[in-house]
Amino acid sequence: MSALHAPILTVSTLSARIAGQQVVEDISFQVPSLGVTALLGRNGVGKTSTIKAILGLIERSGEVTLAGERIDGEPTHKIVTRGVGYVPEDREVFASLTVAENLRLAERDDNPRRELVEKLFPDLVARSAQLAGTLSGGQQQMVSLARALLNDNELLLVDEPTKGLAPKIVAEVAETLEEAARTVPILLVEQNLQVVRRLAAGAVVLAGGRVVHTGSAQALLADEELTKRLLGVHGGDDSNQPAPAPHASALNPEVRQ
Amino acid sequence: MSTVVLLAITGLGLGALYFLVASGLSLIYGLMGVLNFAHGSFLTLGAFAGWEIARRTGADSWVTFLLSLVLGAAVGAVMAALTEFLLVRRLYERHIEQVLVTVGLGLATVALFEGIWGTDPVFITGPAWLEQTTSIAGARIPNDRFMVIFVAVLVLLAIVAFLKFTRFGLIIRAGVENRSMVTALGIDVRKAFTLVFAVGGAAAGLGGVLASHFFGYVSPLLGGSLLIFAFIVTVIGGLGSLTGAAIASVAVALLQQFANFYAGGTGDLAVVLALAVVLLTRPSGLLGKKA
Ligand SMILES: Nc1ncnc2c1ncn2[C@@H]1O[C@H](COP(=O)(O)OP(=O)(O)OP(=O)(O)O)[C@@H](O)[C@H]1O
Ligand SMILES: [Mg+2]
Repeated sequence: MSALHAPILTVSTLSARIAGQQVVEDISFQVPSLGVTALLGRNGVGKTSTIKAILGLIERSGEVTLAGERIDGEPTHKIVTRGVGYVPEDREVFASLTVAENLRLAERDDNPRRELVEKLFPDLVARSAQLAGTLSGGQQQMVSLARALLNDNELLLVDEPTKGLAPKIVAEVAETLEEAARTVPILLVEQNLQVVRRLAAGAVVLAGGRVVHTGSAQALLADEELTKRLLGVHGGDDSNQPAPAPHASALNPEVRQ
Repeated sequence: MSTVVLLAITGLGLGALYFLVASGLSLIYGLMGVLNFAHGSFLTLGAFAGWEIARRTGADSWVTFLLSLVLGAAVGAVMAALTEFLLVRRLYERHIEQVLVTVGLGLATVALFEGIWGTDPVFITGPAWLEQTTSIAGARIPNDRFMVIFVAVLVLLAIVAFLKFTRFGLIIRAGVENRSMVTALGIDVRKAFTLVFAVGGAAAGLGGVLASHFFGYVSPLLGGSLLIFAFIVTVIGGLGSLTGAAIASVAVALLQQFANFYAGGTGDLAVVLALAVVLLTRPSGLLGKKA
C-alpha cells in the first residue's frame, strides 16, 4: 500500500540526543503521502523523541526530507512553515491564553481554515474566551488538534492524541483524525491499538531507539504473536478493548474491518 | 499622619522606578531565561541622555523634559536591542556565559560612563513645577513623585495593552509559558526576543530620566543601585510576571520606606528578609509560573 505513493517524509539514519543521552539511534523509515502511518513501540522507546527530532526540537543528526527537500538543518519554525502540523504529546496548549488566542497564535497565514475548525469543534467556539488551562483534558486535545488543522499542511505529526481520554472522546479524536487523513498524511504515535487498527495503513515499530519493524499496520495487528513481542500488549481485537462509544458506530465500517 | 502620607507617596514613587527596571528584567527572563545584569546600564545611559538634552535646550522647559523622556526611552531601547542582537543572541541556553557577558557589559559600561561623564554625581533640575511640593493631608510631597508614578502607570498600561492586543504580545505571552511550542507553531520566536529587549530597555531608559529627577542627580552608578532592588522585586513578583513585578515593586518600596523611617534605617534589611520569606514559602514568587 505505502509503495504506491511517493513518500512525503523520508527519515534516514536519524539519531537524536537529549541532555547528551542518545534517545534515537540511526533510524530510517518513510511516511507515504497519503493516509496514516503509525509509529509504535513500548513506553520510552523514543517515539516522542523521533517526532521532536524530525521537528528539530531536540539535537539531531542524519537526513530528513519533506516532499523531497532536506529539512534536517533547519530550525523548527522553518520546518513547520513548510507545512508540518504538530500535535504534541500532552497537548501543550498555552494555559494562560484563551482558546481563541491559542488558535490565533497557530494561524500561519492569512487564510486559516476557521470554518473547518469551527465545524469540527463547536465546543471550542462556545469556549473561545475561556483560558485554555481551565479546559478539560479532552477539550485541550481539541485545541491542540485545532491548532494543527487550522493550517494547510503537507504532513501532520500527532503524538498520542488519545492519551488519558474517555472512550467517547477517544472515538471523537479518532474520527477527527480519520477525517483529516483524507487530505493530509499523518504520522501518528498511538498506544490505543484499536485506534491504530481503525486509522493506520503503515506501521513503524521502535524499540530501544531503533526501528525493529516496518510494514502494514493491519498485518502487524493481525499477528498476535508479533504484536505481543513488539508492543508488549495484546493485538487489540475488540473483545479485549473497552467497548467503543456509541458515537463510533456512525463511522465508516470498512475502515474498522 | 503627614509622615505616613509622605512615606507612602515616596514609596510609591520609588516603587514606580523599581517597576520601570523590573518590568524589562521580568519579561526578558520570562521569555528567554536570560538574567540581564546589564539592565542597569540601559537606565543610566537613558538618564545621561536626558541630562545631555536638558543642558543644551534649557532644563526648566516642559518641552525639554518631554524630549528627555523620549530620548531616554529611545536610547535605552537601542542599547538593549543591540545588546540582544550582538551579544545575548549567541548565548541562548548557555546561562553561565550569559551571566558573564551581561555582568561584564554592566561593569564595562559603568567604566565607560565614568570615562565620559566623570565619577561625580551630576545634579539635575527640571521644570519649576517638578521642583515644588504639593500639600496632601499636611504632608509636603515633592511633585516629581507624582510624575514618576504617573509615567510608570502609563508604562504599565502601555505594556499590558501591547501584550494583550498585538500579535507580538501574544507571541511573548505564549513564549513566556512554553517557548519551544511557540516555535513548533511555525513562529520565529527570536524576533520577539529583540523586541522584548527593546521594550525593556525603553522602560529602563525612561526610568533613568525619571530617577535622575527623583533623586536630583545622575551618576554612572545610578542604574546599578536600582538594579539590585529591581532583581529582588522581580524574584518576589515571580520571574516572567509583569503584574507580579508591578505589585512587588510597590510592596518592596513601601516596606523599604517605612522600615527606614520607623525601624531605624533597616529598609534594605527588611527587603532582604522579605525576599527570604518569599523564597522559602513561594519559591516561584507571588505570581510566577511554577519552576
Ligand atoms: N528530557 C529528558 N531528559 C532525559 N531523558 C529523556 C528526556 N526525555 C526523554 N528522555 C528519555 O528518552 C527516551 C525516549 O523517550 P520518549 O519520550 O521519546 O519515549 P516514547 O516512546 O515517546 O515513550 P512514551 O510511550 O512513554 O511516550 C526515554 O528513555 C526517556 O527516558
Ligand atoms: Mg511519547
